[in-house]
Amino acid sequence: MSKIREAFQSGKAFIPFITAGDPSIGDTERFIQTMAESGADLIEIGIPFSDPIAEGIVIQEADIRALAAGTTTDLVFDMVSRVRGKVAVPLVFMTYLNPVYHYGYEKFFTRCEEVGISGIIIPDLPYEEKADVDGPAAAHGVELISMIAPTSEDRIRMIAKEAKGFLYVVSSMGVTGMRRNIRTDLPSMVRAIRDVTDVPCAIGFGINTPEQAKKMAGIADGVIVGSAIVKIVEQKGKDAAPEIADYVRKMKEAAEEAAD
Amino acid sequence: MMSRGRFGEFGGQYVPETLMNELIRLEKAYQHYKNDPEFCAELDDLLKNYAGRPSLLYYAERMTKDLGGAKIYLKREDLNHTGAHKINNCLGQVLLAKKMGKTRVIAETGAGQHGVATATVAALMNMECEVFMGKRDTERQALNVYRMELLGAKVHPVTSGTQVLKDAVNETMREWAGRVDDTHYVLGSVMGPHPFPTMVRDFQSVISKEAREEILKREGKLPDAVLACVGGGSNAIGMFYHFINDRGVKLIGCEAAGRGIETGQHAATMATGTRGIFHGMHSYFCQNEYGQIDEVYSISAGLDYPGIGPEHAYLRDSGRAEYVPVTDEEAVSAFEYLAKTEGIICAIESAHAVAQAIRIAPAMRRDQVIIVCLSGRGDKDVASIAKYRGVNINE
Repeated sequence: MSKIREAFQSGKAFIPFITAGDPSIGDTERFIQTMAESGADLIEIGIPFSDPIAEGIVIQEADIRALAAGTTTDLVFDMVSRVRGKVAVPLVFMTYLNPVYHYGYEKFFTRCEEVGISGIIIPDLPYEEKADVDGPAAAHGVELISMIAPTSEDRIRMIAKEAKGFLYVVSSMGVTGMRRNIRTDLPSMVRAIRDVTDVPCAIGFGINTPEQAKKMAGIADGVIVGSAIVKIVEQKGKDAAPEIADYVRKMKEAAEEAAD
Repeated sequence: MMSRGRFGEFGGQYVPETLMNELIRLEKAYQHYKNDPEFCAELDDLLKNYAGRPSLLYYAERMTKDLGGAKIYLKREDLNHTGAHKINNCLGQVLLAKKMGKTRVIAETGAGQHGVATATVAALMNMECEVFMGKRDTERQALNVYRMELLGAKVHPVTSGTQVLKDAVNETMREWAGRVDDTHYVLGSVMGPHPFPTMVRDFQSVISKEAREEILKREGKLPDAVLACVGGGSNAIGMFYHFINDRGVKLIGCEAAGRGIETGQHAATMATGTRGIFHGMHSYFCQNEYGQIDEVYSISAGLDYPGIGPEHAYLRDSGRAEYVPVTDEEAVSAFEYLAKTEGIICAIESAHAVAQAIRIAPAMRRDQVIIVCLSGRGDKDVASIAKYRGVNINE
């Protein structure tokens, strides 16, 4: 069983996201440890990109701060390599295709394997274009995680059939960011996925309260939270660890309640 | 040459899953309507009776004599309604959106010409219209912002990133991903994910269709070279398209070298860019060693884009077209030259192509012919040119 699948074995998974290099790469290293110690089952590490078209304002600004602080793909790899020895949970990257393409697919995934990255999420890489990336990723044991959106409809089966790691179910139209209400018919999306695959499903985009986490975990196998955590870093900077710990603990507990 | 939206290895469809079904629907609708006689007749009628096509092919006699070489013709896209080639694409796309049952259009704009053209056609077709424009561009093109508002559009100044054209594209993509049901994104250039580069090219190809027919009538032969400025590349592909198979016709794209390639302050994607995958397409981009997109610069807000349409990347790499950098200074000089020599104030974007004509015409024979695409008129640029020359005109 893949390391990512294992993360979904003990109840509902809580998956936090953090932008690497915000406010500094050393801080990100500490925050990853904090999140792992506070109950995160899998951690998404964002490699910052200058033009993140699927992100709302919170993560856009984190990317800008991280790049302004001098964050590079190589520095992110080095950081992952250091933190890998300190945390047991699987680590996956989330980034845009251009930084990966520019690094070189083969070289990028070789480095992923060396530092212990288990998967990658690339929002601007849809099903039709994934072959060029999936080959090199798979060759180095990195699972290319697919996304399913509220507009996917007839595409759900096609995408789910080839899913690896877990399926990232996008809760809402638009971009990442905290939302008060999520109106998409997620139960029927998850049912359509279940028809063709037993790969775990995690819901992301817009989730920020424990109530939402509990509700979403009731529908799927896990919950992904990005902007709410990045917002804590935006507000507290290098001192964000205690608040991140509280938040992750609270959200993990809420997700677990759905399993009862 | 093209399969699944590819030009050689360039192009593609690199967008979030949320937009994929919408792009597929758009492609199907476009494939259907482009062969629908009723749609084509309606579009032709609009181009003729609303936009004022065909645009003139004007023989620039004083300029020709002054330069003493090749005969220079100007394809007067600046005389179209709204003052630029952008209307060709907007009429096509907004009409298509209407047929698809959309009630709202959104668009990015750099200099404001595409925003104005979109707002114009939206007003004509009674559609809601919202335009995203980098905050810095709203400041240097304030007149166009007001023009769009007069036309009933809502203009959103984009404050994210570098606050120019690429950021406006990012923001319009984000907006579209949030609302596709009733909304069409009228992309303004031959860029972005398939089917945009093909569809926009088709709508702009009317430029070379007319120019080719007209020059054959007037000169009894094909031109030796056709020139156009390139940012994303829509007027250039429009000017090139019907000449691509005429191997003897040189195709020359003129990109913005800003303060000079060596200064790093430019938008010369072909001269300095590397391959990348961004804004939905595989093409060339100005970017750093880690694939972070560069901030680019040009005096011209319309050429201030860090990438180029995928068909241009293909035409360059296959050797069919060449792309040359033109600096702010050369463009401004050409802008002034054309005004004084021919009495035409052209867009600062188009002046990049005029500058290249000034460079190459003198060394050509008098029986040779070049056509320069005058993509837009220059009213919008007068204030910034004055500023560039240190003239205070109190605006």
